[in-house]
Amino acid sequence: MATVELRFTALPEHVRTARLVAAAVARRAGVDESVLDEVRLAVGEACSRAVGLHRLHGLESPVRVSLTEDEKKFSIEVADEVPETGSPSAPGRHGEAAGHPAPVSDEAGEGDMGLAVISGLVDDFEVTAGGTGGTIRMSWPTVPPPLAT
Amino acid sequence: MDLSLSTRTVDNRTVVEVGGEIDVYTAPKLREQLVELVNDGSYHLVVDMEGVDFLDSTGLGVLVGGLKRVRAHEGSLRLVCNQERILKIFRITGLTKVFPIHTSVEEAVAATD
Repeated sequence: MATVELRFTALPEHVRTARLVAAAVARRAGVDESVLDEVRLAVGEACSRAVGLHRLHGLESPVRVSLTEDEKKFSIEVADEVPETGSPSAPGRHGEAAGHPAPVSDEAGEGDMGLAVISGLVDDFEVTAGGTGGTIRMSWPTVPPPLAT
Repeated sequence: MDLSLSTRTVDNRTVVEVGGEIDVYTAPKLREQLVELVNDGSYHLVVDMEGVDFLDSTGLGVLVGGLKRVRAHEGSLRLVCNQERILKIFRITGLTKVFPIHTSVEEAVAATD
């Protein structure tokens, strides 16, 4: 099992860097070329959501992205440090999922739309929320390199 | 890659040509452009996305916001896009039912509701 970990300050300009790194590591891990666009989009959505949550809560701690390769799959974990609140922390704001407020903007509920995009793209996808923050986990199958003969 | 924006008028329609990546960092620039156009009285917009390399949900949110604004003035917002990877995002979010999507600027400009 090999891991690449990336930590970045919750700034929108760093989300692109996370996308590029994730796509590069996924390609190396053997994720099919046709799926790399999906990896790029899904990790971008997860990171945008985490950045939005950190900014909404005024957190200066970084967002953490783990890219893990094992024999059969390539996994990405995007972790934020916004604790589960159990109840909406900002009454009257829209776009709040159970116990975990989504980023709010003056446009559509972008945090929720981000999750909708990920769930439409990735079959193996899970969102968890806990006392230390939330995590989005997703994985893609890898194609093993051809055996040398 | 950053976002590039340019506008031109074709037959009473304002065509916004977008290039580069629309994400959480660049989407505010597109939002500003759309808001400015509507504030200046351009209510029939065609957003040409042929030069867009990447689009995420933040970009979708801005386009939905733009649509909401032009509709408040009985206007329209049409998209031009032929790229499968961009169209896929509209499809999985169900937004193909919300936006008229055309294959060329000419077709979008000529279209009427």
